[in-house]
Amino acid sequence: MSACSCCQPASIGKKIVMALSGLVLAGFVLGHMSGNLLMFKGAGAINGYAAWLHANPGLLWSTRAVLILSTVAHIWTGVLLTLENRAARAGGPAVEATRRATLSSRTMPYSGVVILVFLVFHLLHYTFRTVALGGQEFGENVYAMVVAGFSQPAVAGFYIISMILLCLHLSHGISSVFQTLGLRNERWRCRLDIVATAYGWLIALGFISIPLAVLLGCIK
Amino acid sequence: MVKEHDNLDPRGEQTLALRLRVWRQSRGAVGHFEDHALAAVPTSASFLEMMDMLNEQLIKEGKDTFAFDHDCREGICGMCSMTINGMPHGPLPGVTTCQLHMRNFRDGEMITVEPWRAKAFPVIKDLAVNRSAFDKVIQAGGFITVRTGSAPEANNTLIPKSVADEAMDAAECIGCGACVASCKNGSAMLFVGAKINHLNILPQGQPERERRTLAMVKTMDDAGFGNCTNYGECQAHCPKSITLDVIAKLNRDYLRARVKEFFSSTGKPRKGGD
Repeated sequence: MSACSCCQPASIGKKIVMALSGLVLAGFVLGHMSGNLLMFKGAGAINGYAAWLHANPGLLWSTRAVLILSTVAHIWTGVLLTLENRAARAGGPAVEATRRATLSSRTMPYSGVVILVFLVFHLLHYTFRTVALGGQEFGENVYAMVVAGFSQPAVAGFYIISMILLCLHLSHGISSVFQTLGLRNERWRCRLDIVATAYGWLIALGFISIPLAVLLGCIK
Repeated sequence: MVKEHDNLDPRGEQTLALRLRVWRQSRGAVGHFEDHALAAVPTSASFLEMMDMLNEQLIKEGKDTFAFDHDCREGICGMCSMTINGMPHGPLPGVTTCQLHMRNFRDGEMITVEPWRAKAFPVIKDLAVNRSAFDKVIQAGGFITVRTGSAPEANNTLIPKSVADEAMDAAECIGCGACVASCKNGSAMLFVGAKINHLNILPQGQPERERRTLAMVKTMDDAGFGNCTNYGECQAHCPKSITLDVIAKLNRDYLRARVKEFFSSTGKPRKGGD
């Protein structure tokens, strides 16, 4: 078994990789969201935070390396699992009936794809600064860049929709991490589902508050 | 669900007139649905008895009957396997098809009857599918090593009541395959989890614990079952109401087995080489 386990990972092995990489990414979005909320403290706070991050290239690049690795592992296992599951289902019954599977669990591949598209756009937008900024140069002024970015309703709208889908993705994903690692039972299943949904909303509302504040003119 | 004093048979029992859409398929051929009307179905009849009535009607009409699996007809053998209106074992939770009675349907209702749908369960004929993939999973590790001969002293191996209860809960699985049929991924994790847990938590199952877990999961994967993505449909459709706990414990045992295998002793180096 161990001889070919690298080229043909076991079903549970893939699930464990998916769970652990998802856990890293879920932890990252909390940190990212907390940093973003500095927008409400003013230009000095957020620009200072950005400058501090860039002044610590070791921390920045080791975090980026872990995130890139986790993202690749998460996408790779996600694609493998989705394709294998479609094949195993053999089309499914003519009449589809769902008794318990939640909307978030049934839409994981779709919410995942939209989040990936958003991720690419988001990196091009605020990290590489090549799209949707009208060719303006902001330099160290992250605050002005974010305000300029979210002043466009289409960009802010896409951001808000993506964050709602991220909430949906997290509300199934976080609870599933515990199940996949064997740390869940009937008593804890409902509690963990509530924790996961609450975490999803916390992340989504935290992120959404910024484009909303820009659109409503609270952040200028 | 049945209207009072409507459609009574000579014994005064309520009956139903049904429209049935039943899957017809020969081995290796492409299947299709066939529509049939069936009248005077007593509400006290089980679903399988209703299917018997349909087959009797087909015989009288000189047509081919529908093949379907059945055996004990008392909910313990796990042979009956029909997807009724998209639900394995039908709309009543916690029962097998043979224990589903026609009082759970409405007069004039259209009922769609299909086989278990999964790549690992190919259709043999009509509603009967080949579930030997489950047998292969059991052969891979669903056993323990015991001394045969005279019965051992009962109190030699002490088992706490809670552990015995947990093992019995898992051992309730009748291996019908409804978990696979209900799973949107065609995953057999509830079945494999139940079988592994039933043996892995008892003292008698310890000698083969790691080997069993790895071998049964490998056989499950090779058979073409899907991966669990925690929908929970299997638990909701299981006629024995086996819970997702067995899957969580299977995941935990699998992780433990892989770690133990990875760090297992390679033995003493041989003197003088091979």
